[in-house]
Amino acid sequence: MNDNIIAPENLVYQKSALVKDNVMHYCPGCNHGTVHRMIAEVIEEMGMQDNTLCACPVGCAVFLYKYIDVDTVECAHGRAPAIATAMKRLHPDKLVFTYQGDGDLSAIGAGETLHACNRGENIAIIFINNAIYGMTGGQMSPSTLEGMKTSTCPYGRDLKLNGYPMKIANVLAELEGTCYITRQSVHTAAAVRKTKKAIRKAFENSMAGKGTSIVEIVAACNAGWKMSPHEAHLWMEENMFPFYQLGDIKDR
Amino acid sequence: MAKVKGAVEVDVNRCKGCELCVFACPSKVLALSQSVNDKGYAYAYMKQPELCIGCASCAYMCPDGCIKVYKIKQ
Ligand SMILES: Cc1ncc(C[n+]2csc(CCOP(=O)(O)OP(=O)(O)O)c2C)c(N)n1
Ligand code: SF4
Ligand code: SF4
Ligand code: SF4
Ligand SMILES: [Mg+2]
Repeated sequence: MNDNIIAPENLVYQKSALVKDNVMHYCPGCNHGTVHRMIAEVIEEMGMQDNTLCACPVGCAVFLYKYIDVDTVECAHGRAPAIATAMKRLHPDKLVFTYQGDGDLSAIGAGETLHACNRGENIAIIFINNAIYGMTGGQMSPSTLEGMKTSTCPYGRDLKLNGYPMKIANVLAELEGTCYITRQSVHTAAAVRKTKKAIRKAFENSMAGKGTSIVEIVAACNAGWKMSPHEAHLWMEENMFPFYQLGDIKDR
Repeated sequence: MAKVKGAVEVDVNRCKGCELCVFACPSKVLALSQSVNDKGYAYAYMKQPELCIGCASCAYMCPDGCIKVYKIKQ
């Protein structure tokens, strides 16, 4: 019976043609892949495949250039907003975005991030906040929650010793150069669709020259958190969302 | 009234058996296989194909873009 449903004329959804056939190296269930897919869909729908430049991070998404079929530059750790600044100034007609983790954006690259946003560079920043350094074995990052265990705070983040978890998106909202800041997630199909809409808006802002847009995605690093992918989503809902509240932070 | 029927196709050797599609499906269509793919992962398949409504929730959730969704009105 399925045989007559499975036919080209009945196809309603498949991965974007801009997602390459290379198998992604991410752990099973990693949210990076889901966000890559949504970015690819938006670029495809905007017809911008040949006019997009991506500044890639250091972190688990270091191989992004192997997965999304657009022009990319692999940046030194945290420097993507500076590279994207140059790309957009030299090529104002291109869609320019960075893709960065919490370690890349809010630790080593905090300076580049703050100043690109303060200058109001016409770029979009896709920020994957999984509260951990996924790539290097799960160390504490600026956004690690209070009490959350990582390899460098095995007894949980201690506010006295390690400082407070940083809501960097809220900090960036204070800067005049930012136009749109939103916090989304990809833990349900509905959330994935909302994230896609937010990415579309950020990319359109970049093309309209409205300033810097940031789409933070509160994400699970199930391997670093030592949970199954589904458990990590439940843990994220219970523990991450009350602190990193979803929704628009700034829109003008 | 027209009835919507769906079906999915999983790219078996791309699948990593993360099970997110299984939890995302509102109709409990999907499950992980007993056998494994080329990489040694159990993979998603339609355990109860007759229940699929072609909503694409599974495909939206799949991090690796393994799922194609088909839909017809009968
Ligand atoms: C200059 C420099 N310092 C340190 C590192 C080691 N390093 C690689 S990835 C990483 C952190 C990545 O964390 P995050 O940005 O949160 O990305 P995730 O892997 O969690 O997606 C660090 C510290 C490096 N590659 N280069
Ligand atoms: S370590 Fe974490 S962020 Fe990196 S691929 Fe695995 S699940 Fe994803
Ligand atoms: S299309 Fe919808 S009903 Fe069919 S398997 Fe996927 S999630 Fe389940
Ligand atoms: S979500 Fe994708 S990778 Fe995960 S089990 Fe389902 S088909 Fe396989
Ligand atoms: Mg991280």
